[in-house]
Amino acid sequence: MFNFYRLFSKQKQLQYVLLAVIILIILPLSMDIFRLNLIGKYLSFAFVALGLVLAWGYGGILSLGQGIFFGIGGYGMAMFLKLEASSVENTAIQSTPGIPDFMDWNQITSLPWFWEPFQNLGFTILAILIVPAIFAYIIGVAMFKRRVGGVYFAIITQAIASILTILIIGQQGYTGGVNGITDLRTLLGWDIRTDSAKYVFYYLNAGLLFVCLFISAFILKSKFGRLLVAMREREDRVRFSGYDVSNFKIFIFCLAATFSAIGGAMFTLQVGFMSPSLIGVVPSIEMIIFCAVGGRLSILGAVYGCLLVNLAKTNLSESFPTLWLFAMGSLFIGIVMKFPEGLAGIIQQYIQPAIKRYIDNKHVKEDDKTLEQFETEKGV
Amino acid sequence: MQQEKYVLSIEDLTVSFDGFKAVDNLSLYVLENNIHVIIGPNGAGKTTVLDLICGKTKSTSGSIDFKGEELTKLKEHQIVHRGVGRKFQNPSIYEDLSVFENLELSFPRGRTVWGALTFKCDKQVTSRIEEVADMIFLRELLHTPADVLSHGQKQWLEIGMLLIQDPDLLMLDEPVAGMSVSERQKTAELLQKITKNRSVLVIEHDMQFVEKIADRVTVMHQGKILSEGSIKKVKSDPKVIEVYLGH
Repeated sequence: MFNFYRLFSKQKQLQYVLLAVIILIILPLSMDIFRLNLIGKYLSFAFVALGLVLAWGYGGILSLGQGIFFGIGGYGMAMFLKLEASSVENTAIQSTPGIPDFMDWNQITSLPWFWEPFQNLGFTILAILIVPAIFAYIIGVAMFKRRVGGVYFAIITQAIASILTILIIGQQGYTGGVNGITDLRTLLGWDIRTDSAKYVFYYLNAGLLFVCLFISAFILKSKFGRLLVAMREREDRVRFSGYDVSNFKIFIFCLAATFSAIGGAMFTLQVGFMSPSLIGVVPSIEMIIFCAVGGRLSILGAVYGCLLVNLAKTNLSESFPTLWLFAMGSLFIGIVMKFPEGLAGIIQQYIQPAIKRYIDNKHVKEDDKTLEQFETEKGV
Repeated sequence: MQQEKYVLSIEDLTVSFDGFKAVDNLSLYVLENNIHVIIGPNGAGKTTVLDLICGKTKSTSGSIDFKGEELTKLKEHQIVHRGVGRKFQNPSIYEDLSVFENLELSFPRGRTVWGALTFKCDKQVTSRIEEVADMIFLRELLHTPADVLSHGQKQWLEIGMLLIQDPDLLMLDEPVAGMSVSERQKTAELLQKITKNRSVLVIEHDMQFVEKIADRVTVMHQGKILSEGSIKKVKSDPKVIEVYLGH
């Protein structure tokens, strides 16, 4: 349908290959499955960061509630796995066997109606992809058609994340409350807690991430990508060039939501639980930091940002648990003030020219002095 | 007068902001293939009239008829689709994109989400972009980032972004403000060239420029029309001299 090679320049292709080598070969070979599983967890956040690059970096839509969609995906998957783990044999000691344990503790005697369809894996996967998009569509229509944007949009999404967390914690019998949904065991009879399953999920996660990266690259390469930049700069001009700006914002917000939900589902599969602590205000803001550190205008940067910030978090928070939050906060402020385009920006600005200079210099030494003379004349 | 056709008829248009009537019971008619200039002191409501036509501001009462269709009920992008183009007072272009991309985004195709995803910049688009770039004196600069253009070139680029849509009515808000003398000259030529098959509604303060381009002039004052007609008639109107031109 479209030419794969035309999507990327030579340099871009190299960057994708490098990321693929790191994720698919170097990391799995260099660490045990416990560590690799942690990396897989970090990479499940990369889906959210990727969505934020599109919505925030390019579209200028700062959503402080991406945890909502991560949560919808994560809970969807957890509900399916929990139902499978709650077979009548497994839960024979409960007063109502065959329903999830936390329901039984909360005196619920039959499976609630909205849990029913999650017994089917096909439905679950569809729900993970579609429900967040529908939810984002409703928020998007309500906000963007009324031209709510900027900081107001950020505050409203944050409020929704907060409301959702409170709702989940409050409805313990239906949602597992503050503990979330835990003790997940099998997927279609296949034990997800084994090392081999963890490898499979790691590679599945990586594969899906690359699919999402390619979708993003395709969108940014199309006229849609340029329109996003144009909208961020001069919304009125785009509107008076005959575009219905809100539709474009809604689309990109829905896509970011679906990406986040895929990440959430992969998180549940790899980590083995889902809880409200992953979808509220704080994790939603953490996702922004991953995206900002990696570079909000770079889809590959988002992946690196997730890896680096989370590695630092895991290592630092083990040794200095209280200090970590301050470190994270100052990291964010520092990046936004000094390097608004994050790591990707630093590489583009400093490292790539240095490499280019190095290569050019080599040429000078090999060929005559002509290039050097030329450069001195030009005053480079 | 009746044998000439109006492309735009504004009747009894009023808009009030918290009781202040920025445009007060205004009626204005723009003829086909005409350059119509609105002049008047600051705060007369000139820009508000353009805002009302293009849908940026909603009117309190009155009607705006464009080629037999009522504009006051339409949304901004729908008004653009009907054939009304609007240039803003400060050059409003996409500075992170190149001149070519600025024009490409303004090309009237692929304006839906799906259309934008599948848009292909084919021969037809590039040749049209080059044609417009020629007109606005930016042919050599097609692949320059728009933010390095001079102020005058940015103004032309925005005019070009409207031209590429081939609108029937082009509205320009102070197109020569901040331009050098030679740029003004070129802009006047440009306007005369592009008005061949469309109407242009211009707001301008520079009387020399107005004299050069205007087919018809409307003088506004405090949201109302003070005087209307040829530039000669308006210039000799004692009311206009009193409030605007000075003695």
